[in-house]
Amino acid sequence: MRAYVVSRLAQTALVVFLSLTAVFAMVRLSGDPVLLFMPMDIQAKDVNEFRQRLGFNDPMPVQYARFLAGAVRGDFGDSLRYRQDAMGLVLERLPATLLLAGTSLLLTFAVAVPLGVLSAVRRDGLLDHVATISTVLGQATPGFWLGLMLIYLFSVQLRWLPTGGMGGVAHLVMPTIVLAAFYAARVARLTRSAVLEVLGEDYILTARAKGLGEGRVIGKHTLRNSAIPIVTLAGLEAGQVLGGAVITETIFAWPGLGRLTVQALLNRDFPVVLAAVFFISLMYTVINLVVDLVYGWLDPRVHLR
Amino acid sequence: MGGSGGARVWRRPGTRALSNEKWLGIGLTLTALLAAFAASWLSPHDPLRTDFPQSLQPPGAAGHLLGTDQLGRDLFARVLHGARLALFIGGCTVVLTAVVGGSLGLVAGFVERWPSAVLMRIADVQLSFPFILLAMTINAIVGLGLRNIILSLSAAGWVVYARVVRGEVLSVKQRDYVQAAAALGMSRTRLAVRHVLPNVAPSIIVVASLQFSSFIVAEAAISFLGFGIQPPTPAWGSMLSESRDFVYVAWWLAAFPGAALALTALGVNLLGDWLRDTMDPKLRV
Repeated sequence: MRAYVVSRLAQTALVVFLSLTAVFAMVRLSGDPVLLFMPMDIQAKDVNEFRQRLGFNDPMPVQYARFLAGAVRGDFGDSLRYRQDAMGLVLERLPATLLLAGTSLLLTFAVAVPLGVLSAVRRDGLLDHVATISTVLGQATPGFWLGLMLIYLFSVQLRWLPTGGMGGVAHLVMPTIVLAAFYAARVARLTRSAVLEVLGEDYILTARAKGLGEGRVIGKHTLRNSAIPIVTLAGLEAGQVLGGAVITETIFAWPGLGRLTVQALLNRDFPVVLAAVFFISLMYTVINLVVDLVYGWLDPRVHLR
Repeated sequence: MGGSGGARVWRRPGTRALSNEKWLGIGLTLTALLAAFAASWLSPHDPLRTDFPQSLQPPGAAGHLLGTDQLGRDLFARVLHGARLALFIGGCTVVLTAVVGGSLGLVAGFVERWPSAVLMRIADVQLSFPFILLAMTINAIVGLGLRNIILSLSAAGWVVYARVVRGEVLSVKQRDYVQAAAALGMSRTRLAVRHVLPNVAPSIIVVASLQFSSFIVAEAAISFLGFGIQPPTPAWGSMLSESRDFVYVAWWLAAFPGAALALTALGVNLLGDWLRDTMDPKLRV
């Protein structure tokens, strides 16, 4: 078990290292970061001074080594735009993203898992049909369009909710729904098919044959066994929530990591881009590791190596 | 309900509610294709021609079926031409990723030496990053525009094919007829093309159909965020992005391009689900 965790952590480090190297290479191959960042009317003297100060005049291997040495300590240099520590900016925005992701995941599991279980148990019933159609719609509806339509309905027409920004609970409602919608649709569909698959197993027939009540058959025998595929998907998708947050945060002007990344890319503020990439890939791989550890707990047959 | 539950579960886990909906999928997909191919015939207006005195007209006003945008351009024409762009980008990306990812997966399944290990590690690294964020970052760095958005989506999307195809190849390779052909001295290239590829093809088709809509939506999302396709080109994503400034005065600017996008994605998704259920029910993507 410990050996497994250690080897996975080593893999995590490798993944983070490779993604940083890839982004560093792409950034440097795409052109002079100073010229891309600077406005057109800047004087040549200032460009050169700026370049000297940030070390862009050094040979590429030297720059790469310096970049890696900094990255190990979480130091990606200062933001070109805000002149603040890039990692500091990322960490400052992190709580907002975690809050939004947390409420969305909570909403997803509170709605999608019961919905999936109920539509599997009462298969082809009215609820099943309604659930199937709404999950198919939920998967096809792009989050940013859903967001715009919700803003039109609840902010412009009804004036119930603010259009964006961060503040009270009211600010959290629409971003949470938008971020949860797509994810919830997938989780509900997967829960349904996982539960259906387990309901066809022999041990469920046995449980019924020995006269167990339906509540125990579903609650104990079925749910526990269908948890594995649900957790797999939850883990895979939890990372995609970070991607969804980019869009949701932009629509609702939510001051999180996703919006920071988009703005940094638009402004060509590469130290912030690299810091954000570092942080997101770290979070994503750690989430996956946690999911794998949860398997072992859910299903003792799974041997982690 | 205890007794009835036992008999029901023996049916194949599909969804009856969906079995008729393949027709909805086919219908919506054909509508999108029609809009894309016949855009210029279906609407007399030029999607780029501005007519400022006629700006922000509501749907149905004076010859503009879906109204006009902030510069007086016909929204119906722009939505139709948006379909052309979306399907073109989705189609190119699907073909590119299927060919590149599929071939790499085929090779990685056959050649069990270090190149395939390296390839699969690269796939792991890519999968350790949210797809949309990866495509957006690549696009922001390589540059905007039609060609670059296709390349960015492909660079982010080939991994799924490589993984699925490699997995299939590894299992097909063990079957008796492949082993027999190998024992008879068939060359590896011939074996791959004649025996393995036809068996892997259904998976590639299913993955492609399921990926198609996610590429269309991802392109729109990236253009919405300010990368990808730039205004005034009528892409659904950039139209939605521009509509944000007019949410208080012109709801139609956000409603119609988004509805077109959602319905296209829905149609292609339903089609993909149906293809998976008929061709490769075990596949999970």
